[in-house]
Amino acid sequence: MAEFWSIYLLPGIIILAQILAIVVPLLLCVAMLTYAERKIMAAMQLRMGPNVVGPFGLLQAFADGAKLFFKETVLPTSANKIIFLIAPMLLFLLSMVAWAVIPFDEGMVVSDINVGILYLFAISSLGVYGIVMAGWASNSKYPFLSALRSAAQMVSYEVSIGFVIITVLLCVGSLNVSDVVRAQAEGVWFVIPLFPMFIIFFISTLAETNRHPFDLPEAEAELVAGYQVEYSSMTFALFFLGEYANMILMSGMTAILFLGGWLPPFDIAPFNWIPGPIWFFLKIAFLLFVFVWVRATLPRYRYDQLMRLGWKVFLPFSLLWVALTAGVLVAFDMVPNT
Amino acid sequence: MILQGITFYIFATIAVAGGVMVVAARNPVHSVLFLILTFFTTAALFVLIGAEFLAMVLVVVYVGAVAVLFLFVVMMLDINFVEMREGFLQYMPIGMLVGIILLVELLMVLGTASISPEVLATGTEPIPDLTQRQNTAAIGDVIYTKYIYAFQSAGMILLIAMVGAIVLTLRQRPGVRKQKVADQLARRREDSVELKKVQPGQGI
Repeated sequence: MAEFWSIYLLPGIIILAQILAIVVPLLLCVAMLTYAERKIMAAMQLRMGPNVVGPFGLLQAFADGAKLFFKETVLPTSANKIIFLIAPMLLFLLSMVAWAVIPFDEGMVVSDINVGILYLFAISSLGVYGIVMAGWASNSKYPFLSALRSAAQMVSYEVSIGFVIITVLLCVGSLNVSDVVRAQAEGVWFVIPLFPMFIIFFISTLAETNRHPFDLPEAEAELVAGYQVEYSSMTFALFFLGEYANMILMSGMTAILFLGGWLPPFDIAPFNWIPGPIWFFLKIAFLLFVFVWVRATLPRYRYDQLMRLGWKVFLPFSLLWVALTAGVLVAFDMVPNT
Repeated sequence: MILQGITFYIFATIAVAGGVMVVAARNPVHSVLFLILTFFTTAALFVLIGAEFLAMVLVVVYVGAVAVLFLFVVMMLDINFVEMREGFLQYMPIGMLVGIILLVELLMVLGTASISPEVLATGTEPIPDLTQRQNTAAIGDVIYTKYIYAFQSAGMILLIAMVGAIVLTLRQRPGVRKQKVADQLARRREDSVELKKVQPGQGI
């Protein structure tokens, strides 16, 4: 019995505690992100934004959550009920499980696996299923059109994201997420030598998370609300939470790949007093601010322009950069881990 | 470890059941979703035997890209499912025959195949500990040194297939007005907008 306790039960409890320690703050961050988005957008458009619920409207997100929780979950009669209900759960779940490999500080990671970057890439490429399943199972025309748009869009931009990740991995020589950050501790952050790839990656994450200016799957002027049309109450809330958690995840990925994860900008006195997780949090917050900034500033792309950008601009350019980076690394004998 | 055994059987059962449901499901979209489930559990089985690179590549390539396009096409099919099921008994003998031939062929290949002694030797060598050698690096070494020609020719074949598919489906329609981005960017304000000082009561 003692053996059972030490081999199975105790590690299980520790893992469960770790999961809770990530998911609960993450959900709080999602709530605060929706509030921050509305406040920032309001400031940019010279409005007040939410300011009634709680001090400065800080509890607005929780009020919205409570409202959604008490609404009725509507199941359309012609919908494919099981898939209709699985889709939002899947989207929400996928946006949570990816956090298992994100390091918050040296060694501060739930699962330090060797193929962490591939795991992140795999999980983020699965996100499209939630939307496609929702669009199909709703059995309604706007969600279906939205699902088709979303599937094509996410597959297209995943290609350039893959090439950007390959470029970074060429400079790192490992698929481990923590190693990516450690490689940047020795040299400079990858945002400096790979600046064009950073821009491509950021724009691709906008497309991957269906954010403005690429929010065509839920373009309200054309598709009402896209794949969310038939959803209500908590099923809708799950989509919303999953989408915002994905935004935070993608910002985290950008911070790790290009902005040095938990590293301070300069390894000197006032900067390295601040612990790593706070730097990581600040970098994510900055990237999320840019997400909102882009939303408040840019008009929506037309669908053919979106496809053109992905396939005719980003793909050739990132392919060129992969070849260029590999060539430079070999020519100057800088290939890591040889 | 007993836990590993239990997980293996759980995943294996799900994979096999998913595979059966791919064939048995009435709705083609459900079939594709079960296919995805099968891919995913197979990836989990790869993780269990310590081949995490293969597992992730399976998920990225098959689940993340190939199956999405499958689903994409199947969702748009407009088929009467009841009609599709009608000829089941009629086609069953042919299906059975093909299945049996495949099974016999597989058994013949697996039964008589002799793996080259070199490969057999590597198989009996103990796999280096994961702390010393990651299987990502090991696979890379094998693919890019020993099997480089096979790997590259596989890539060439896929590339040619892709080019062929694009050439076959490309059609030039007359009278289509395409967006010329270079022209749009080259347009200057002076070429299109002119500011006129209009006197009251005179017009331009």
